[in-house]
Amino acid sequence: MVSEGRRLVIEPVTRVEGHGKVTILLDAENRVEQARLHIVEFRGFERFIRGRPYWEMPVAVQRLCGICPVSHHLCAAKAVDKIIGVDRLTPTAEKMRRLMHYGQIFQSHSLHFFHLASPDLLFGFDADPKTRNIVGIIEQHRELAVQAVMMRKFGQEVIRATAGKKIHGTGAIPGGINKNLSIAERDALLADTDQMLGWSRSAVKIAKDYTLEHLESISDFGSFESNHLSIVRDDGAMDLYDGGLRAVTPDGETIFDHVDNDDYLGYIAEGVRDWSYMKFPFIRSIGEENGWYRVGPLSRVNTCDFIDTPEGEAARKDFMSLTKGRPNHLTMAYHWARMIEVLHSIEKIIDLLHDPDLQGEDLVVTGERRDEGIGVIEAPRGTLFHHYRVGKDDLVTMCNLIVSTTSNNEPMNRAVRAVAERYISGKPEVTEPMLNAVEVAIRAYDPCLSCATHALGHMPLEVELIGPDGVVIDRGSKE
Amino acid sequence: MDGVLVIGYGNPGRRDDGLGQLVADEVERAAIPGVGVVTAYQLNVEHAADVAGRRTVVFADAAVAGRAPCFLRRLLPRPAGAFTTHTMRPEAVLALARDSFGWDGEAYLLGVRGYEFNEFGEWLSEQAEENLKVACALIVGALRRGGLGAAATDPPTDDSVSPCYGGGRCTTAST
Repeated sequence: MVSEGRRLVIEPVTRVEGHGKVTILLDAENRVEQARLHIVEFRGFERFIRGRPYWEMPVAVQRLCGICPVSHHLCAAKAVDKIIGVDRLTPTAEKMRRLMHYGQIFQSHSLHFFHLASPDLLFGFDADPKTRNIVGIIEQHRELAVQAVMMRKFGQEVIRATAGKKIHGTGAIPGGINKNLSIAERDALLADTDQMLGWSRSAVKIAKDYTLEHLESISDFGSFESNHLSIVRDDGAMDLYDGGLRAVTPDGETIFDHVDNDDYLGYIAEGVRDWSYMKFPFIRSIGEENGWYRVGPLSRVNTCDFIDTPEGEAARKDFMSLTKGRPNHLTMAYHWARMIEVLHSIEKIIDLLHDPDLQGEDLVVTGERRDEGIGVIEAPRGTLFHHYRVGKDDLVTMCNLIVSTTSNNEPMNRAVRAVAERYISGKPEVTEPMLNAVEVAIRAYDPCLSCATHALGHMPLEVELIGPDGVVIDRGSKE
Repeated sequence: MDGVLVIGYGNPGRRDDGLGQLVADEVERAAIPGVGVVTAYQLNVEHAADVAGRRTVVFADAAVAGRAPCFLRRLLPRPAGAFTTHTMRPEAVLALARDSFGWDGEAYLLGVRGYEFNEFGEWLSEQAEENLKVACALIVGALRRGGLGAAATDPPTDDSVSPCYGGGRCTTAST
């Protein structure tokens, strides 16, 4: 009975972006009765944005997050393109935006893999927490720490060259872009691409080797069958910047395909639960109970028909061979899929840097004003939706954002419960490695809880044991 | 290693939190030979690569508490056991630069006292404007003279009694 049990609280969850809390409710026999990932802050960005001029959106929404501002910048720009009646950008504008986006994917994935996730992968979930951190990585795998810094820096330089600044740039403007890429900027970036390509290949190998070497232990680690969602190009290729919505069942059967971004509300709905500020999106045709889905690298590799760069495609085929072409549902396989996207991104960056369209002068187009705009993009963490309605006075009257982490809300909660049941249920004592295992499952999704709730957070870990009367029995913390 | 790097960071969209970037902008306008400038919303791992190769690094940030109009303090590398990309202290950047790239230069923290952090807006409070002028004069003057050390106080020797972290004094906005 709950009244005779106790509640474990992991707050905040560490090595994720933002501020979250996990509560695990145990019964009198220490069996897990309930496990939930909570979002503990709420900022209400969608309400804040109302009343602002629509042309401010690509810059203003970057305040959502210092980690993936480019994704919000570009997604808002795509929505505002629609508002000013632009359905097609000039080649220079679209390719500059794509270059910016692949730079963002590259740096975000690299940072997550090497600095947030690798301590768990290289040292083990149950390693001494004193060394299972970035300091331990520096001490024992210095070359990886350096790689991570330089890969992040390279991605940031791509962003700076295309957006004007590394953080909160202004490159994408309604109807296009405000600069092209100079020859000097291009050559400076090209000077590092061979190194980045080499490191990306190595990163794929690390993630693949980890997955295959630990296949038995991770096969049921927070894993479950699910639907998957992403955008794909018209020909079914992975496309992280633009495309129609595609959703597949756990078996890979199509639920819907090539859905126009403007029609997303006909296919996706958002459920609400009273214990979380984060919504629970689901596929309308299936319903809330079974229509939840996953997004992000794992889903994108699962949903696309192919990757249009040679090494990325070879890596995808390798990845899919593990499940004989069926969608891969291993939560820990997110890391491998994420590194495939790193490899794909650097290939796309190299292709774009060699494209003379980036030095074009035709940057902006105009159209006939509309009162609504919807933008969808594949952010590092998954499909991102920006939806605005605008009054005749050009002020935003409605804003709806579905961020990637929100789409992964139900899957993360399921992962938390699955891992809690495996590692904690029935055990006489709850240890730090057990709690870290729960965090590892969350971390695989690379959630940005700041985006999901629009709050910035500080993240020492606090664990509280709370008795049935609500009194804290014990409390521990780690930096 | 050669030259000086000024890293001004903070969120200019949160009123006085933009003080650090404004200091960096002013240093850039001063165009002092051998002095480079980086601005950022927040510190992150790539700043370790920026620090590497620089003899002297100055982090400029808004201060949420402590001495007004500003303070200049020496910094020592201090690894961050828990890494989160949303908050990275300058000491952790220095430690990453030292441990990954062999950096062994000197570093300072310039904290400029701010007062308004919770509103959205890209304008400073009246007092923060005044503090910014003093801080800019201090740092630009010291950089021109090559005498940062003479203007700075010593770093805390013990985390537990650090006057910059946890003591309610000299706490910058991004830490």
